[in-house]
Amino acid sequence: MKRLILPVFSLLTLILLAFSTPVISPALAVEPSEILADPKLEARARDLSAQLRCLVCQNQSIDDSQAPLAKDLRLIVRERLMAGDDDAAIMSFLVQRYGDFVLLKPPFKIGTLLLWLTPFALLLLGALGLWRLALSRAQITPVQSEALTETEEAELAAMLARPKGQLGQKDG
Amino acid sequence: MIIEAGHYALVLALALSIVQASVPIYGYWRRQSVLMDMAQSTALMQFVMIALAFAALTYAHIVSDFSLRNVVENSHSTKPMIYKISGVWGNHEGSMLLWVLILSLFGAMLAVFSRQMTQSLKSLTLSIQAWISAAFLLFILITSNPFERIGMPPMEGQDLNPILQDPGLAIHPPLLYLGYVGFSVTFSFAAAALISGRIDPAWARFVRPWTLLAWIFLTLGIAMGSYWAYYTLGWGGFWFWDPVENASLMPWLAGTGLLHSAVVMEKRDALKIWTIFLAILAFSLSLLGTFLVRSGVLTSVHAFASDPERGVFILLILVFFIGGSLTLFAFRASKLRQGGLFAPISREGALILNNLLLTTSCATVFVGTLYPLFLEALTGEKISVGPPFFNLTFVPIFIPIFFLMPIGQLLAWKRGDLLAAAQRMTAALVIAIGFGLGLAAWHGEPALAALGAALAGYLILGSFVDIFGRIFVSKASAAQVWARASGLPLSAWGTAFAHAGVGLSLLGLAATGWGVEKIVSVRLGDTMDLGPWRLALTKIEPRPNSNFDALVAQIQILDGNTAVAQIEPARRLFKTRAMTTSEAGIATLRMGQVYVTIAEQNADQSLDMRLYWKPYVSLIWLGGLVMALGGFLCLADRRLRIGLGKRAATKIKAHSDPDPQSMAAAQ
Repeated sequence: MKRLILPVFSLLTLILLAFSTPVISPALAVEPSEILADPKLEARARDLSAQLRCLVCQNQSIDDSQAPLAKDLRLIVRERLMAGDDDAAIMSFLVQRYGDFVLLKPPFKIGTLLLWLTPFALLLLGALGLWRLALSRAQITPVQSEALTETEEAELAAMLARPKGQLGQKDG
Repeated sequence: MIIEAGHYALVLALALSIVQASVPIYGYWRRQSVLMDMAQSTALMQFVMIALAFAALTYAHIVSDFSLRNVVENSHSTKPMIYKISGVWGNHEGSMLLWVLILSLFGAMLAVFSRQMTQSLKSLTLSIQAWISAAFLLFILITSNPFERIGMPPMEGQDLNPILQDPGLAIHPPLLYLGYVGFSVTFSFAAAALISGRIDPAWARFVRPWTLLAWIFLTLGIAMGSYWAYYTLGWGGFWFWDPVENASLMPWLAGTGLLHSAVVMEKRDALKIWTIFLAILAFSLSLLGTFLVRSGVLTSVHAFASDPERGVFILLILVFFIGGSLTLFAFRASKLRQGGLFAPISREGALILNNLLLTTSCATVFVGTLYPLFLEALTGEKISVGPPFFNLTFVPIFIPIFFLMPIGQLLAWKRGDLLAAAQRMTAALVIAIGFGLGLAAWHGEPALAALGAALAGYLILGSFVDIFGRIFVSKASAAQVWARASGLPLSAWGTAFAHAGVGLSLLGLAATGWGVEKIVSVRLGDTMDLGPWRLALTKIEPRPNSNFDALVAQIQILDGNTAVAQIEPARRLFKTRAMTTSEAGIATLRMGQVYVTIAEQNADQSLDMRLYWKPYVSLIWLGGLVMALGGFLCLADRRLRIGLGKRAATKIKAHSDPDPQSMAAAQ
């Protein structure tokens, strides 16, 4: 197995998918026979399936997976829907059986606090930092109009003496 | 014999890289220019040696030399020639060899195309480059040697994984690696700058073409990989937020940030510390990606533990380079002098905001990819982080970038006028809203798709507002307009195209909302409606092939009653590995695609099928190509400008007799 782990992006998924599929692959992900007669219920089933992980696959939803286990889960979802459960009840039913691992959207709890908050905390911190930087820059700006020092004058003269093209790149 | 020569060449390359890693640095320290110059010749020889080794392995695969373990495990004598060649890098050992081949290629290019760089910067950069190649050559020779022989060669090989027997394998990994490894050059530049302490706009100017080159290839590699996954996986998805995909997206986001911050540094001498940091970050993330994919840690923490040798080795490389460069950074960064004052609302300000958003979105991908690993390692708890997470975090952080991109282009350096920029965008905005409304009227629900399409329209048009304003001045004749258009620097066109490419991809993404999907059971002769098309199943037939047997369904696509295309979705049974793969049947019509996959034939002779009509979907990848085109335009411009100094100098010489001092300054 390990030698098959490939460099190529997303191929890991492909290979695990291939290996989790029996030699004679059963069918497509969602089979025609699974589809519910009521289009509204079916739409809900598809929507829920997209948020549930195929537990034996690498990062695939049960809606996308051809694995037999994914099919079983799809059937469970549809059974519960037929029984009249609402979406939240079906989700919690599956979480009770398989744990949080089955949810492609991790629940918001202590263990996942950092996961959910880091992106926005970073954005906020970065924005605050930039804001402060902008304020401090604004205070410095007046100093800009000081006269050049002697060495700077000399540097400037040397620069001006250079042929064109060495300096002053055109705006891109 | 050829195999041994290749093996020997690889060992020689390691020896050369160790020389290149140590002698020029010593020369820099001792101010000995002869020693510093060694970096160039060793870089060239190193490339030649690794190319020889690679050629030897390719030869072994072509002639099916089953005395090599690598060939036995990944090849078969009946495999088509294209897969014998691309199969060289379709496995762990070979792909690592490709990795160092590209690394040494960049080293050689650096040695050849850097005449204008100062000797110390050049030799230091090449030296750092050699540190990286020495580490990876050691890794290959110690843990993943492709030239390993087996005592009793079998008659036949085990064949290449069927999923990899696809033209995508020939193109995708080399492109992706050119991108990944391309960032090693910017990394080496950054480390060299930190060691020497000299970081100026000239440094940014040298680094930019390399960043661009890496970025172009990474963009193409990701787009290509996405399309490959799309047509192979069989349910028409193109981005799965899979860790392996994220591993390539992170360096792309950091590299895109670097591309923009290097502009600020080049033009305004500001953002130095940040640019150096991004240069380190982009390659560190490439290394991280290599580690994640190579070590097996992604499959499960246990796969990593069961074969610790390779994983630990790469982890050590990772710690050494990332840790080392960041330590260097921590010691040296404070010594850098910051220049270039500017108001918050200015081109610089917009680029800084772009960097904030890009790095935050990069951090989001980072956290989302690695969090499950950390949580499981720390608490044993298993969670999944899938597409819904990224839709709620990455997407809202990334969307402001789309709004800002065209406006940033219109702001002046130092101090910009936001109101004027917004006014110039009005026309583009109005047309884009009309465009979105038009599409909504035509395709209907969902509203989100129309909104996305309007945003994309704004982005595409907005990317050209600046150029438009520079070309079309009032009362200009057609000839004048043409003269102005061709007079614009290529980089202005490049920027516009790269940004418009993002808009095109976004349009393709938004339009997925209007897609139609059907799951049906079909008999021979049946027709089905799919969006604007009618599909007719005209034939089901078995088709034997050299190394697989296929079951092919022939489907005619009709527009009304006229046939416009024919597709042949198939299932392939590969004999050697007894594996089945599904080949989607795809037809591109009006920029959208009809996409069909089939299952095994049912007992009653009917065929289960998944049918999709995906309007404008090809724009997703076309956008990637346009982005890369923009990159190439900028690159072409760079090369011209680098030569500019020389040409100007000769012109002056012809016209007048300049004093020797200013000539010296010019050189």
